[in-house]
Amino acid sequence: MTETFRKKDLLGIRDLSEGEINTILQTAESFRDVSRREVKKVPALRGKTVINLFFEPSTRTRTSFELAAKRLSADAVNISVASSSVTKGETLLDTAMNLDAMAPHVIVVRHGCAGVPHQLAKISRASIVNAGDGSNEHPTQALLDAMTIREHKGKIAGLKVAILGDILHSRVARSNVYLLTKLGARIRVAGPNTLVPKEFAGVVESGLEIAPTIDDAIKEADVVIVLRIQRERMNDAFFPSMREYSIFYGLTKKRMQLAKKDAIVLHPGPMNRGIEIASDVADGSSSLILNQVEYGIAVRMAVLFLLSGGSE
Amino acid sequence: MKRAISRLASEIVEDNQGAKNLYLVGIRRRGVPIAEKIAKRIEELEGSRPTLGILDITLYRDDLSTVGANPIVNRTELDENINDKNIVLIDDVLYTGRTIRAALDQLMDFGRPRRVQLAVLIDRGREHRELPIQADFIGKVVPTKKTEIIKVMLKEFDDVEAVGIFERPVE
Repeated sequence: MTETFRKKDLLGIRDLSEGEINTILQTAESFRDVSRREVKKVPALRGKTVINLFFEPSTRTRTSFELAAKRLSADAVNISVASSSVTKGETLLDTAMNLDAMAPHVIVVRHGCAGVPHQLAKISRASIVNAGDGSNEHPTQALLDAMTIREHKGKIAGLKVAILGDILHSRVARSNVYLLTKLGARIRVAGPNTLVPKEFAGVVESGLEIAPTIDDAIKEADVVIVLRIQRERMNDAFFPSMREYSIFYGLTKKRMQLAKKDAIVLHPGPMNRGIEIASDVADGSSSLILNQVEYGIAVRMAVLFLLSGGSE
Repeated sequence: MKRAISRLASEIVEDNQGAKNLYLVGIRRRGVPIAEKIAKRIEELEGSRPTLGILDITLYRDDLSTVGANPIVNRTELDENINDKNIVLIDDVLYTGRTIRAALDQLMDFGRPRRVQLAVLIDRGREHRELPIQADFIGKVVPTKKTEIIKVMLKEFDDVEAVGIFERPVE
């Protein structure tokens, strides 16, 4: 079931209906084909401008949004904070209002603080796309994960999904929990006690369960999503050492045997090989990590198209 | 409709000297079942079936920013290389010519066909054309007014097989 997409912004999965999610995923399927053609470009967003405003480092997401815009014939401008006026002391809102005065159609924002895209959406005429805000949400990552799962499992409803690792700091985990439970998957999260928010089970939709150990979460899973250990967000000691983390919580080939035979492994990248995921799993036949990257462009094309194409 | 499809099929085969190297491309939505019907008829006539493809022109439309709510983007399916093929674009109705312009642009992004022809079930008449585009094969010319809508109804979408002319509803 799909539903016409009429929102001005894409701020999070939490605000989306199941129908809107399905519309984005269905549109993304058509766009995946564009990237597989020889001429990887369609004229759909000719004359539109997309600004990528990234206050945090990013290779994958920023490149993915840039290519998505270019493959739709939109003009893409990248601003990374290191080389912008932010270093001269300009406030966030001033930066945003100045960019908005240049009349772009879409501003893609990544920021270390939760809620920044929501603030910008209130003051800008351009559509705002959240490319990750602090520990809150990363909607396009969840959408591309869902697309990857759907392409390889044929469905999402009824699947058992394990999400492992640093749940506390992970915007990917939050967006994935919202999305996958809306589409009817059953989620088990697990990680070090210090990194699994206790209130999580109570706050979010039903269909979510906190597993006592990593092994319990992986057992009989159809999909295993491994999260990155976010060293940059850890001011306190959440676990004793990386070595200990990899022994107790890392996804190894042996642990993967607990999952269903045809289970798939996802990781949002960048990977810490040998810490949260062993190399033989990351490069193994059940790993779809590079497929995720491919679908990422398709999903972002769909989002840019649905936000700036169509309705006036 | 059956007779018109039959005639289109034989004209296409005659003009292309058989079904070899022939690639029929239906334009979504209603061009697709018509292309399938023509392909089937050509198979009956020639003993070999032409290749079939599907174009979804949504991303190449020139009115994307004014069409209102977001249009659904469906998949384009051109599985075989179109280089050096004799392509026949197939649609239900030829009216302003803008759909065909979009289809031609899209086709060129997929390769360089030897030639491209156009077959339509209904031609609403040259006076409606907004671009210099004419059909090579026409099922039937049905002169209509701008205030009218012509609808090709097909079993695949409408349960009946017929062509109807309706008054455009006044908004």
